[in-house]
Amino acid sequence: MDEIWQGFLKAIELIVSLDPEVMEIAGRSLRISGTAALLASLICLPVASLIHFHNFRGKRALINIIQTLFSVPTVVIGLFVFVLLSRAGPLGTLQFLFTPTAMIIGQMILVTPILLGLTISALSGVDRTVRDTALSLGASDFQTIMVILREARYAVVAALIMGFGRAISEVGCALMIGGNIKGFTRIITTAISLETSKGELELAIALGIILLSLALIVNVALNRIQQR
Amino acid sequence: MPLVKVVNLYHRYGEKEILKNINIEVEKGEVLAIIGPTGAGKTTLLRLLDLLETPTSGKVYFDGTDVTESRKVRLEIRRRMAFVLQKPAVFNMSVYDNIACSLKWRGVGKSSIRQKVNSILEIVGLSAYKNRNARTLSGGEAQRVAIARAVVIEPEVLLLDEPTANLDPASTSRIEELISQIIRQYSTTIVMATHDMSQGQRLADRIAVLINGEILQMGDSREAFTSPRSREVAEFVGVENIWDGVITSNEEGAVTIDIGGKVIEAISNYAVGQRIYACVRPENITLALSRASSSARNSFAGEITRVASLGPLTRIEIDCGFQLVALVTKRSAEELNLESGNKVYATFKATGVHIISKGNDLA
Repeated sequence: MDEIWQGFLKAIELIVSLDPEVMEIAGRSLRISGTAALLASLICLPVASLIHFHNFRGKRALINIIQTLFSVPTVVIGLFVFVLLSRAGPLGTLQFLFTPTAMIIGQMILVTPILLGLTISALSGVDRTVRDTALSLGASDFQTIMVILREARYAVVAALIMGFGRAISEVGCALMIGGNIKGFTRIITTAISLETSKGELELAIALGIILLSLALIVNVALNRIQQR
Repeated sequence: MPLVKVVNLYHRYGEKEILKNINIEVEKGEVLAIIGPTGAGKTTLLRLLDLLETPTSGKVYFDGTDVTESRKVRLEIRRRMAFVLQKPAVFNMSVYDNIACSLKWRGVGKSSIRQKVNSILEIVGLSAYKNRNARTLSGGEAQRVAIARAVVIEPEVLLLDEPTANLDPASTSRIEELISQIIRQYSTTIVMATHDMSQGQRLADRIAVLINGEILQMGDSREAFTSPRSREVAEFVGVENIWDGVITSNEEGAVTIDIGGKVIEAISNYAVGQRIYACVRPENITLALSRASSSARNSFAGEITRVASLGPLTRIEIDCGFQLVALVTKRSAEELNLESGNKVYATFKATGVHIISKGNDLA
């Protein structure tokens, strides 16, 4: 218990003193995961709408697969992206491995199933008559989708929060394809893992608390948007 | 040229035929009511008119344009109409934004939107609720938002699907008043579906009776009510006495009809031997305790078999050798002591009998 308490005090100390290294790591975490979640949602919201509004063979199966992928282990994504980006891999010439870009790609893949699946279920939660009402009032297909997304905004924002949460909290993928390089690809979770193995428990706990604080700030911000 | 024209339209959902051989023309400024029982296909017909669905076969023309053209043309035409669904969704936003959205989608400028929305809010009496979330409104208020949202774009055709279904009587009369006001003020062409015969009569210039996917009768607002052309229409418009019969004599239009042993008199041009249905509205039958001498040609003694109270009216079933239903005021029923088992005389005029030939029915 003493360690947690010490860690808590240390966290406050590191935050208040704006410790440059900690700030840099936290900033990078926020940047990488925020970018990944944002880019993924730019792709997933329209794709989820497409899946929801079209009837095709295997739709149910596709949704089942998407939902199964909610629980894909981060290390499996890490492995997949590693193979893809490694020097001998199909995208090896891009030389993305062990860069923040690679981490963003990994996290985008990681959160895609969550964003797709939760957005589809958010859209299914909207009464069918909303669609007919919008169309009958002269909305184009795109305007109709926007109205339905707007009606589903609480559930859609919840999906974004879930996606961001999954991205900022994962460590396996970031470690495998980022490499935990100090000052370049080190983020909060990889730093916690390293500090713990070094026995620096106070710093590890402090970083954990900082990560949760970041998540809290993002949640509050998104909730503000949702309530508008 | 009619504004809306439907030609030989059929619509199927899978194996089920929802609409059969529909032909309608609606002139500019006209109010057409489509009446029929629940499940007759009224909603489907309106959805086809609003281009939310495409018919299995047949054509819909709007202002002379075939609407089965490209998606773009369909959207453009849909934007010249407005459709108030039976259960319209009010969007989870303010009343103002709900009404503004149909204008926004048409690219109307901000200041013009503000002016139009404010004036329509005035008309529907919801100015005070402008900033309230529409989801918090009552059913009648939400319906007024739905109508305002449709009318604000000043559509060339307004489609209304059961505008007062599920509303209490006070809200119903308020909505009806609003619709008549819109008819007066904007002279909008309206096609409305309703299962309420009297509502159709109050609001429409013409009435089409849709039963089992077919338009069985179309005419001015009184026609279906006073002279139904088939048994189904007669039943729907509340003719409770429909007797199978055959014309036994015809003297210059004054006919006698044999209805299973009893003979009634009526006015008709059908020849002797013609099989017919004789229809008498229950409110056209008078009841008395003794056989009074009167000009009414048909009077039958019978025994009351059932009495049911319908608010201010009382519905009385009588066995006169054939089944007869009469509708009298509650006060008369009490004064004459009309109770089950009592003897009464039921009387109706020869001119109160409407004759439907059986040939029509088989068509």
